[in-house]
Amino acid sequence: MDESTILEMKDIKKSFDNLDVLKGISLSVKRGEVIAVIGPSGSGKSTLLRCATLLEKIDSGSLLYMGYTAAYTGEDGEAVYASKQELKKIRGYFGLVFQNFNLFPHYTVMKNITDAPISVRKRGKKETYAKARELLCKMGLEDKENYYPYQLSGGQQQRVSIVRALAMEPQILFFDEPTSALDPELTGEVLKVIRKLAEEHMTMVIVTHEMEFARAVADRVIFMDGGVIVEQGEPEQVFGNPNEERTKQFLSRYSER
Amino acid sequence: MDISSIFLRLSEGMMRSVLIFTLTLVFSLPLGLVVSFGRMSKWAPFAGLENAECRLRSKGNKLAKLAEKLCLLFTRGLAKFKPVQLIVKIYISIMRGTPLMLQLMVVYFGPYYIFGMEISSDYRFYAVIIAFSINYAAYFAEIYRGGIESIPVGQYEAAEVLGYGKGQTFFKIILPQVIKRILPSVTNEVITLVKDTSLAFVISYAEMFTAAKQIAAKESSTLPFVGAAVFYYVFNLLVAVIMEKAEKSVSYYQ
Repeated sequence: MDESTILEMKDIKKSFDNLDVLKGISLSVKRGEVIAVIGPSGSGKSTLLRCATLLEKIDSGSLLYMGYTAAYTGEDGEAVYASKQELKKIRGYFGLVFQNFNLFPHYTVMKNITDAPISVRKRGKKETYAKARELLCKMGLEDKENYYPYQLSGGQQQRVSIVRALAMEPQILFFDEPTSALDPELTGEVLKVIRKLAEEHMTMVIVTHEMEFARAVADRVIFMDGGVIVEQGEPEQVFGNPNEERTKQFLSRYSER
Repeated sequence: MDISSIFLRLSEGMMRSVLIFTLTLVFSLPLGLVVSFGRMSKWAPFAGLENAECRLRSKGNKLAKLAEKLCLLFTRGLAKFKPVQLIVKIYISIMRGTPLMLQLMVVYFGPYYIFGMEISSDYRFYAVIIAFSINYAAYFAEIYRGGIESIPVGQYEAAEVLGYGKGQTFFKIILPQVIKRILPSVTNEVITLVKDTSLAFVISYAEMFTAAKQIAAKESSTLPFVGAAVFYYVFNLLVAVIMEKAEKSVSYYQ
């Protein structure tokens, strides 16, 4: 395994009640890479993200972060997960931005961002607050630190949740349809900050329905359908000249709109 | 006899009513949380039997087929069997389905009539607290459960991804939100409890209502009941004011 590989997924399989959602997905993400995952709903993209972030347990396959094994296929063919402590360490390597933000409503913006670094990762208060303020500033939210989530617009809430994830200093950041719950006029501000992160070479895997955005921001586009990766490549190739019929169909449905 | 002398003579009973009220809350509020966890317990020790197979050696025979069917029915049922949840469900059902007055009598007289134990005179008070606490814990448990189950799963997931442990997630993230949501229902129960303390009279515990009745009989006057009414009303007014303050104190977020 390459030293610059942050995430390595091999032959991930996952089913829910006999419905195969992931049928053997392999994906490796290198430092600094921005990957957009596209595909119709039900194609397994969100499940892939949930498996990668340990919210969902895989049935078989292997999952490694920074060379540390989170899960592998045991001798009986079923996935074996690392110890609790090991998983806690591994959780520190990634962050996840949810579709519905999932900010903690009873915490201020500042506490939302700083509580986990301080109480989970035992980082210093001063440096954590300084870092949080710096990130808020970058997201154009410098005057919002004492607000509660309900006082913010959807776009602002999503930017706060991005800051919350960044404050943990993850090696890789996952986005699960970060703009799907937003009003159309608010998606722009969220996409803008993700683009900013891409320019800074933050390693990211973004599940999205925003094709224009995926094309502009991603280094690699992955098209998923029916629980498999149908096609992947540079955005110009996947969007401009797709090899697979299914990709063409999917993209044409999008451009019709 | 005037109202102020009535209050003076009722004061000891009042103290006792307040004591029942306070101790019941002190015990039933945390106990209710434990009970609600039991009610939500998904522990199924025989879940492994979900896909158990039932095959008899002698095939074709009608009786064997019937036995196989019964065996399947039995194993499927056993696989779904959640002992902790079931016990707690039965407990809650009994506590809510029978009068508190009767429960007081069972707790007080039960040890003697069922087990032949000697009952000390102190036990009267303990019986009151025990009966009230286990009864109110059942009601609080269901309120907690409603609150806990109403918290979106995304809150747990966000906490998990951020690395919070199970205990931290519950006490820092979930519980504060639960408390905000359940306060109005808790207020209802607490107000009912103020009035329910009068039920302790069935085992002759001299709380305020018992005292009022005694004085009323002795003096042939209804004034003690007026005093009792004033006492309960003012007590509840106080409870309502305090609970409203509590609700306000968590209204800083939505």
